[in-house]
Amino acid sequence: MNESIIVENLTKRYELGHLQQETYLRHQIVNMLKAPFRRRREKEILWALRDVSFKVNHGEVVGIIGRNGAGKSTLLKILSKITYPTSGNVRTRGRVASLLEVGTGFHEELTGRENVFLNGSILGMKKNEVAAKLDQIVSFAGVERFLDTPIKRYSSGMRLRLGFAVAAHLEPDILIVDEVLAVGDAGFQKKCISAMEDMRGGGRTVLFVSHNMAAVENLCNRGIWIDAGRVRMDGSTHEVLEAYMGSFADADGAARDLGSVESRRGSGEVRYTRVEFLSPDGSAQLVTRSGKPVVIRMHYRASERIPSPSLGFRLTTEMGTLITETSTSHHELYVPELPAGDGYVELEIESLNLIPGRYLLSLGLSGGASNHLYDLVDNAVHLDVEAASIYGSSRSFDSRVGIVFFPQRWRLDGVSCRSDRDSEAVVSGARR
Amino acid sequence: MSAITSFGEYWRYRELMYFLAWRDVKVRYKQATLGAAWAIIQPLFTMLTFTFFFGKLAGISSNGVPYPLFSFSGLVLWMYVSVTLGHAGNSLVNNSNLITKVYFPRLLLPASSAFGGLMDLAVSCVFLAAMMVHYQVQPSWAIMFAPLFVLEAVILVMGASMFLGAVNVKYRDVKYTIPFLIQIGLFVTPIIYPVSFIPERFRWLLNLNPLTGIIEGFRASLLGGTAIDWRLTAISWCLTLSVFALGYVYFRKTEETFADIV
Repeated sequence: MNESIIVENLTKRYELGHLQQETYLRHQIVNMLKAPFRRRREKEILWALRDVSFKVNHGEVVGIIGRNGAGKSTLLKILSKITYPTSGNVRTRGRVASLLEVGTGFHEELTGRENVFLNGSILGMKKNEVAAKLDQIVSFAGVERFLDTPIKRYSSGMRLRLGFAVAAHLEPDILIVDEVLAVGDAGFQKKCISAMEDMRGGGRTVLFVSHNMAAVENLCNRGIWIDAGRVRMDGSTHEVLEAYMGSFADADGAARDLGSVESRRGSGEVRYTRVEFLSPDGSAQLVTRSGKPVVIRMHYRASERIPSPSLGFRLTTEMGTLITETSTSHHELYVPELPAGDGYVELEIESLNLIPGRYLLSLGLSGGASNHLYDLVDNAVHLDVEAASIYGSSRSFDSRVGIVFFPQRWRLDGVSCRSDRDSEAVVSGARR
Repeated sequence: MSAITSFGEYWRYRELMYFLAWRDVKVRYKQATLGAAWAIIQPLFTMLTFTFFFGKLAGISSNGVPYPLFSFSGLVLWMYVSVTLGHAGNSLVNNSNLITKVYFPRLLLPASSAFGGLMDLAVSCVFLAAMMVHYQVQPSWAIMFAPLFVLEAVILVMGASMFLGAVNVKYRDVKYTIPFLIQIGLFVTPIIYPVSFIPERFRWLLNLNPLTGIIEGFRASLLGGTAIDWRLTAISWCLTLSVFALGYVYFRKTEETFADIV
């Protein structure tokens, strides 16, 4: 048998009354005295998980995705034996290490060295195992000079690095990781990811919860989507991610009505009425991802024939920085006329090289020799660009690295550079 | 989970228990400026106070042993019980960050408090030995029984801590009752007075307190003066083991819910 985790009909029920406030014995006693025979009032029930079943084979790296409150964390807590299911059961094979937090049990007063031993022991390492790996852990965290300093003097970044360094040197058969990558600076995230890849290379079974979709896509070969306590989808990472991100967009997501927009300029003989985002194959595109194609279809309604129009669009950041402005006249395209009535124009972008984030689209329509302005809708719609793997890396990028990215290649002395992640995996592989 | 497999589990996690106890001791000594001296100062000053009020003013007899030595020998063990209980009773709530983030046998938390307290006890016992030298009290062969009573104190404290700790997770106001229980305990246990101080007809009541046998036995084995009362010791062990069993059963029954409500 090759399964390393078997989850069968897992159900977890919470009684909300218990969760919301701490209970006091004196209330209980007072209630008993007041109404000794009254039955306790019905408690509100929350089903954190309902009938969840799946199997994970040895060596699989599974991304668990879902919205906040969908039950992901409860699932991980049950798998790590922190909490118990109301019904159903879990079978695991081999040593399980769960990393739901970095630096669990760190104590402010203790030194870095003491905390490494304490934390390692809490995570299930033996004392001599920690001692043997101490040098590696410390150099991974980059805190050699502060090893005998109490960690209350550490910066939050140092603490984080030290915590992750201990965890990265666990050698479990099954590793359960919850949203650890969400914290820390970019350099730290990179280290975490290469450590995770290293673990993947070691034939470990990994369950990974993250909101960093780029990391999930790159690290995991399988995705499980948990929605409202149930498994909504279980399949290849790519399929599950697409479906999951698609669910974010409501009916409004792929098309937006502009008919009711008041704040617009222009004489109004022709108005934009609607904007749709489509895939190149013409189907509605619920999610637009970095570096992927998109077709923007702009519907208009003209009350009369519009001679020699120019249709334009402008893309800005949420902060209002202009990214690009183009129009049919920029392309020197000659559009003879727009007939009266409804119609649409399409703009296809082959690869939308925007860093993930929210962008705003403004639409303009002018025409004639005098460049008469018919319609101008500033910030007509917003476009949410979702994360995808950029430069083929696992890192997630946001506005801190700018607005756009260019497909690119680096060469040193004429030789192409290898992926950093490959080389680190090699280095740490040799170290072990 | 059967008792056998869970014992194996505790054995596997023995190092973590050691680390948790070590952390508590280390932090306690680091935070207090006087460090380990604190383990002596506390019972020492209590002893001096009691010596003045009870030994000198009230003139309570002490079985022929000098009163300071008499009360200090009781106080060292009592301090262990009371400090550890105050600590262990809150050990689960105070470590909620561990309970909600990592798996380990929850029993390690009260257990590590109970074992961590032995460090203070050891330090104050050294001082006790120095006092015995000072008062020229020669221990008899009965001193070999002293560890028996220390062990009993550890078992009693473990049992009470498991129970109070688990109840405290559920009902957060229980922690306010612990100092109160400790305060009462000092007076209903023959620490600062000998059992002979209590009228004969009430003595059975005193014997229902398992600490009576522990303190009396510990003192008798160290200082002599009176012989160890084996009947009292047997009663006390029965009570102690019952407290332990009750605490253990209640703890194991409720521990699955700790992470959800702590």
